[in-house]
Amino acid sequence: MASAREIKRRIGSVKNISQVTRALEAVSASRVRRAQEQVLNSRPYAEKAWEVLVNVATATGANEHPLLAKRDGIQTIDIVLVTSDRSLCGAYNNNIINVAERFAASFQNGQHVRWITVGRKGRDYLARRGKNIIAEFHNLPTPLSIASIAPIGNLVVEDFLSGTVDAVFLAYTDFVNMLVQRPAVINLLPLQRFSPENMVQQELLKAEPDATTAGRDYLYEPNASAILDEIIPRFTTLEIYQALLESNASEHSARMVAMRNASESAIALAADLTLEYNKARQLAITSEILDIVGGVNALQQTQDKATLKAADQFIKDVGGELLADKRAERSTSARHN
Amino acid sequence: MPIHVEVVSQERKLFDEPHADMVIVPGVEGVLGILPRHTPLLTTMTFGELRVKKGGAEESFIIYGGVVEVRPDKVVVLADAADFTADVNLAEIEAARERARKVLDEGPPPEEHAHYAAELRRAELAINVARKTRSRAGGVRIVSQMDEPDKK
Repeated sequence: MASAREIKRRIGSVKNISQVTRALEAVSASRVRRAQEQVLNSRPYAEKAWEVLVNVATATGANEHPLLAKRDGIQTIDIVLVTSDRSLCGAYNNNIINVAERFAASFQNGQHVRWITVGRKGRDYLARRGKNIIAEFHNLPTPLSIASIAPIGNLVVEDFLSGTVDAVFLAYTDFVNMLVQRPAVINLLPLQRFSPENMVQQELLKAEPDATTAGRDYLYEPNASAILDEIIPRFTTLEIYQALLESNASEHSARMVAMRNASESAIALAADLTLEYNKARQLAITSEILDIVGGVNALQQTQDKATLKAADQFIKDVGGELLADKRAERSTSARHN
Repeated sequence: MPIHVEVVSQERKLFDEPHADMVIVPGVEGVLGILPRHTPLLTTMTFGELRVKKGGAEESFIIYGGVVEVRPDKVVVLADAADFTADVNLAEIEAARERARKVLDEGPPPEEHAHYAAELRRAELAINVARKTRSRAGGVRIVSQMDEPDKK
């Protein structure tokens, strides 16, 4: 068993850690509220815009706009991977990186995969593995604005239009609630439903909402393609924006939960260590007492004979005197009576 | 038959009124007044004012472009950006306009020119709309029972 002093030092450091984790938890708690609000605020637009887009696209035919056109024989794909800049957020980064890598590996016909990372952790991971990272973004402002993420959207749209890539996917984490965050992959470009090539893709790709208003005849003002021109260029940026907000809220809630768990285990560990410390302390005291008692016993044994002799002599001497005194006392008191 | 109006900007949901009487939209081809049972229509919006009428009350928005989808029983306004006209602080916006104007007069670097021009355009629109609604005196705002944005 470790010495009491050593254990005491460990208790100190565990308590320090629990203070740090509790502070981080509080910070994340306030951030998660804001992030959640932002996500819920922008969701309606993203959903409605998707609905409108699907309506118009089905009405005009798929090849009306270059961003809608699906390509045969996909050669090169881009995957935008959204992770956090900071760690200490549980399995958040691992989960999404894992999903993204599985998704990338599911393209087995020699397709070339290029990565665009948003967030430092994903970049570090992919760089260590020697993956082909063509662009990276990190340290995005909070609160996130559409303008600040426009470069990401422009990059993928340009690459897609120039024919450098044939499909763009986005891997991010959907915010479900404080305890549940779901890694997801969506098809960013072309703006058409992507038909999965195999089971892995089927499993990982998030289902896209169906067009609910199919078959409705719209009047277009000024005309359908003008409206497409209005919506489409913004739509990619909007999807990225929404994904980043979802990821942001997920990150903070993952961190909050991770930090809460860490605080709780630190407290439990401190309690265990305190018990151990007390035991060690008691053990030390007991053994000290045993030492003393043992010492005394040993001393007694060696000194016993001599002591006994001396004691006998002492008793005889003192006892004799006392006896004499007592007798004298008794006789005087008898006389007084 | 009432008409359901939703106003959504890229960054937030502003307004949700299931029982409006009329919507006036700043369409690219001109201002559109939409009553219930309007034929399905999709149109883009320019910078302008959006008005929603319900009984004697009226709500006004400043719309900075976007798209509007009209169905017989529902109007969905997807604005690139939008504000409640009543939230506009005239003094603040006027100051912003002066700032933008000054920078433009001094000739900003070319890459920032577009930004300030847009700023100026937005400020001017906001001022015009706000002045107009304020001169339409006695405007009663719609008390909207805006739904909580649905949680997934």
